[in-house]
Amino acid sequence: MTNHWVDIKNADLILIMGGNAAEAHTCGFKWVQEAKHGRRAKLVVVDPRFTRSAAVADYYAPIRAGTDIAFLAGVINYLLEHDKLQHEYVKAYTNAAFLIDPGYGFEDGLFTGYNAEKRSYDKATWRYQMGEDGFAMVDETLQDPNCVFQLMKKHFARYDADTVSSITGTPKDAFLKVCEMIAECAAPDRVMTILYALGWTQHSVGSQNIRTMAMIQLLLGNMGMAGGGINALRGHANVQGVTDMCPFTANLPGYLSAPTERDVDVQTYVSSRTPKAIRPNQMNFPQNFPKWWVSLMKAWYGDAATADNGWAYDWLPKPDGAYDVLAMFERMHQGRMNGFFCQGFNPLASVAHKGKVSAALSKLKYLVVIDPLATDTSEFWKNHGEFNDVDPRQIQTEVFRLPAELFAEHDGTFTNSGRVIQWHWKAADGPGETRGDLEIIAQLYTRLKAMYAKDGGALPDPVLNLTWPYRQPTKPSSDEVLREINGRALRDLTDANGNVLVKAGDQLAGFAQLRDDGSTACGNWIYSGCYSQAGNLTQRRDNADPSGLGQTLNWGFAWPANRRIIYNRASCDPSGKPWDAKRTLLRWTGTAWAGNDIPDMRPNAAPEENVGPFIMTQEGVARLFAPGMAEGPFPEHYEPFETPLGKNPMHPDKPQVTSNPAARVYKGDMELFGKADEFPYVATTYRLVEHFHFWSKYSKINAILQPEHFVEISEELAAEKGIRKGDMVKVRSNRGYLKAVAVVTKRIPVLTVDGRKVHTVGIPLHYGFKGETKPGFITNTLTPFVGDANSQTPEYKAFLVNIEKA
Amino acid sequence: MIRNPRDLQRYTASERANHWVVGICFILLGLSGLAFFHPAFFPLVHLFGGGVWARILHPWIGVVMALFFLIMFFRFARLNLMGAADWDWLSKVRKMVDGDDHDMPEQGKYNGGQKLLFWGLTLSMVLITVSGVVMWRSWFDFPVELVRLAVVVHAAAAAFMIGLIFVHVYAAIWTRGTIRAMLYGTVTRAWAKQHHRGWYRQITGKN
Amino acid sequence: MALQSLDIARRSATTTEAPQVRNTTEVAKLIDVSACIGCKACQAACMEWNDIRPEVGNNVGIYDNPQDLDDKTWTLMRFSEVEENGKLEWLIRKDGCMHCADPGCLKACPSPGAIIQYSNGIVDFHQENCIGCGYCVTGCPFNVPRISKADSKAYKCSLCSDRVAVGQAPACAKACPTGAIKFGAKEDMVHYAQSRITDLKERGYQNAGLYDPQGVGGTHVVYVLQHADKPSLYAGLPADPQISPLVSLWKGVAKPLAMVALGATALGSLFHYVMKGPNEVSKELEEEMEKEDAK
Repeated sequence: MTNHWVDIKNADLILIMGGNAAEAHTCGFKWVQEAKHGRRAKLVVVDPRFTRSAAVADYYAPIRAGTDIAFLAGVINYLLEHDKLQHEYVKAYTNAAFLIDPGYGFEDGLFTGYNAEKRSYDKATWRYQMGEDGFAMVDETLQDPNCVFQLMKKHFARYDADTVSSITGTPKDAFLKVCEMIAECAAPDRVMTILYALGWTQHSVGSQNIRTMAMIQLLLGNMGMAGGGINALRGHANVQGVTDMCPFTANLPGYLSAPTERDVDVQTYVSSRTPKAIRPNQMNFPQNFPKWWVSLMKAWYGDAATADNGWAYDWLPKPDGAYDVLAMFERMHQGRMNGFFCQGFNPLASVAHKGKVSAALSKLKYLVVIDPLATDTSEFWKNHGEFNDVDPRQIQTEVFRLPAELFAEHDGTFTNSGRVIQWHWKAADGPGETRGDLEIIAQLYTRLKAMYAKDGGALPDPVLNLTWPYRQPTKPSSDEVLREINGRALRDLTDANGNVLVKAGDQLAGFAQLRDDGSTACGNWIYSGCYSQAGNLTQRRDNADPSGLGQTLNWGFAWPANRRIIYNRASCDPSGKPWDAKRTLLRWTGTAWAGNDIPDMRPNAAPEENVGPFIMTQEGVARLFAPGMAEGPFPEHYEPFETPLGKNPMHPDKPQVTSNPAARVYKGDMELFGKADEFPYVATTYRLVEHFHFWSKYSKINAILQPEHFVEISEELAAEKGIRKGDMVKVRSNRGYLKAVAVVTKRIPVLTVDGRKVHTVGIPLHYGFKGETKPGFITNTLTPFVGDANSQTPEYKAFLVNIEKA
Repeated sequence: MIRNPRDLQRYTASERANHWVVGICFILLGLSGLAFFHPAFFPLVHLFGGGVWARILHPWIGVVMALFFLIMFFRFARLNLMGAADWDWLSKVRKMVDGDDHDMPEQGKYNGGQKLLFWGLTLSMVLITVSGVVMWRSWFDFPVELVRLAVVVHAAAAAFMIGLIFVHVYAAIWTRGTIRAMLYGTVTRAWAKQHHRGWYRQITGKN
Repeated sequence: MALQSLDIARRSATTTEAPQVRNTTEVAKLIDVSACIGCKACQAACMEWNDIRPEVGNNVGIYDNPQDLDDKTWTLMRFSEVEENGKLEWLIRKDGCMHCADPGCLKACPSPGAIIQYSNGIVDFHQENCIGCGYCVTGCPFNVPRISKADSKAYKCSLCSDRVAVGQAPACAKACPTGAIKFGAKEDMVHYAQSRITDLKERGYQNAGLYDPQGVGGTHVVYVLQHADKPSLYAGLPADPQISPLVSLWKGVAKPLAMVALGATALGSLFHYVMKGPNEVSKELEEEMEKEDAK
């Protein structure tokens, strides 16, 4: 979330799309109700199903799964056509005025630079025209045909309401109604928030789904505003924390880009990640990369990381390719992986294409499952009848189950969707032989280290030199780890005049104190400040809210810098006055920025300096044209890899662009994509409020509340197939089948797409062969093994199936 | 024990036993039923070991009573068919109650009042039994609307039946020499001739 | 779930006055159906607080689970898909005891103190006094009480009288994440409901209203309904619930009438005997028979 949970109450319009907040984020949804009841806000839900969110919405519009870009591009077109923009905001705070390389183009669904063989783009032309002063060129009048604004207009003009309705299946009047409601928020004192979740990310165009929405929020001037922003609702109390601490091999903690094979030495690595400002006076905050990275290396390797050895750069792994979740299982499937540690993860159930995952796990020598529960994955080798029909004699993988404590059984922190880090205290002892995750990892580490020390090895240094400063080396405390994450001064830190700012050994007050000379250590720069000399700020529980906007700055600690709403400088006009006085987050006092949040701006940056509010970009403004994206600087509608249409209606004659041309598809998986003639129905998977992932099925109460696997179909499809409610049905995709109970409902709309009828089959995901719920199939038996081109998140939300009475 | 060998046998041992089974059941059911019917009588449940036991026992006793009443019904139904003389008797019942039986028409084994009582009890038993089954939650699950009707019918029929039994018992007490018929089976010839002359004649062949 | 610290205003099978000196605030639970998302947190909280766990059932093609109230399911979300004004609506009603001001269950109950009504309005079952007759089931116009197969006692929502007694809201209200369940003084709840109804009317629900049926004297669980003119849309919520006239008859006028009638019969018999004397065999007949015997 750019904003935070409580802030939802400040919205005038709440759009839920690509998510189902009422169902999947039930507690946070209270703030939607607060907005509705407190300030008469309207709630709009756009979804392939009439969800529990839709049940309390003011307006619901159906949409075909996997066509969100078409819908949102249509909204952009509507806003541009009807001139419903917050002009001053767009001009001052986005790259609308920037001139793009004349070589850039878009034709037949492809941007310039496409390489069909590699399924990727050479982005050489996706760049700004640079002036001789070294800065990007702009046209303040927005008239230059090569300026972003004009290119954007041209790009989106193709998404008129009829086209959108034909692609998405959303009735035209419903689409226009949503457009109208959104367009009202172009006024500076009307703000829309968007709540989305995995309904947007789990597509082969997931990142672009979100980006399209970000563009809308920029055009409406809603970024940085209280009650606005782009709000990803995370699926777990601490998924945000996991992401922040680096669950992905492409990142180091704090979203620092990890080295790759191409980064031959530390200079190449650091310089390629330290950008230069491309507009005058911009903060270009990522220029501080060396400070963050060196401090991280000092936290990891302490005295062993020196300027002379490039801060131990050589000890960092340089992956030979992708190691995202799909790539990992692909490697495993190819037999290129021996062992797998599975901590708090149930991939047999939660990764796409269970058949492939199961085959992949079968090729391992060993599998270690660290989990509070006996997960389905830990029994992937065991025959559970039709639900998991494997032959244990054929599987040689040795499986170790290490029972772990639940979160309530040790101290630690949660970082919620709103980036608020909150300490939680141990509530009970774990049962039996369970151990905390920290202890399990520490036990493994200390043993490995001893073995390396004794026997040596190919490269023992990264293990032997690791800083391990914990009082009990086999049982670090959460407190110690959080202190380490926050960072401390290794030497006295002095200002230019030699005055000591921070004494050696003291905890740092924030990332502004980080240095690139090895005098500071910090485990995660964005968390810096959460455990300062003032103590563990994540333990704060003061809910005082002086502004009434829900800005409880003394509750926990929000990264970065305890800032609750990021880009909050954009809540003021260029002169430093709030766009909407009732939503004042900041104002320029004449000498400094101050208000109800920590300014996302250099505190003394006077408005006249024209320092842009989007401090994380080189240009200081937000990008309507975003060359960082894998499949194009502007979003384009591509069909899911399994499409009921067999073509991209935007480019019907170009099979190459039917689906995301930049998405990675492995050999063998392309052939497994189902075609509409055999699998005519669009399937989408989702969560139910009664369950949490594959976890709560082990809990009796949750099992009582939603006991058995089911699928949802419309009354029309049911009648066609002779299926009655409560019947057992068989759902097949080209990768497998499952059986579940049919829920026949009015809530699954039948859509008219491209002149034909499209039916949807809804499949909840929580069930499996282990737990208190009725034993069942794993939903991801059906899903395709392909992911988003940028994040590689699998496409769980749109694929093809057939259905029949079992 | 034989009092007078010339006394008339009115009921066989089997008939008497049957009657008293029904009678005892009735008393138990009445006590427990009244306890459920009106708070004033609730303490009666303690005769049965408390409210729950009373609730458990009441329907089972009801089953026993219904069965034995059914047997009794088959024993006595034919004898209780109403005739012209019975209606005549009934039309003069006021005088009878007043203590003057001189003008009462001659009666067979049962008089009109007894016969009417018999049919009244039979009707009550049918209603009580059927409604009782509908109310018996331990075994049956009828629609609540039906159960609501059943509880009213059960209560009304039971109250009616209790009233009839009061009359029945009082009549037995009031008419001296009657109770022994149900205790040891015989009545005196004088009693028979006075109250059931037709029956007396039929049995003794005398006038 | 007896907690005797609360004043008892009414008690089943009791004909005398209850203590009524203290002035207790009437409480109510407000269920704003328009704000309910059917998350079943209330069901979970109810199970947790009251330590009840029904069986893990099956899916029978609907979202309602368990499918009905039972001795271990005291509250339940009931889902109804309706089309009103050409618009699909998913109405989700939390079902359970309504805590009637004039409780039919209490009226029907034959066992003194098995059902009581606290002076704050909560109607509670005291299982230790319950004899398991099921009369409460016939008395309830909302079809709520259930007789346990295990112990033959009647069970239903207690409105967490044990929590309320110590100043806590019922578990369901406490757990409700969207504020759809509120708990407080009935007066306050009705007042709050009015603001919700105004809001709903502004959003186009012209017939939004409060469900506080007067046929049972009002209830201490009240609903805000989008379509208060059609309560039956909400999984058959009765439009005008009343204690069945049969039950009223049975537990009303029938009781004293029958008692009077039976008493009169008994007394009438006694006085008849006293006044008219026994019906004895006549002297002549006795002598006649004695003569016969002497032969």
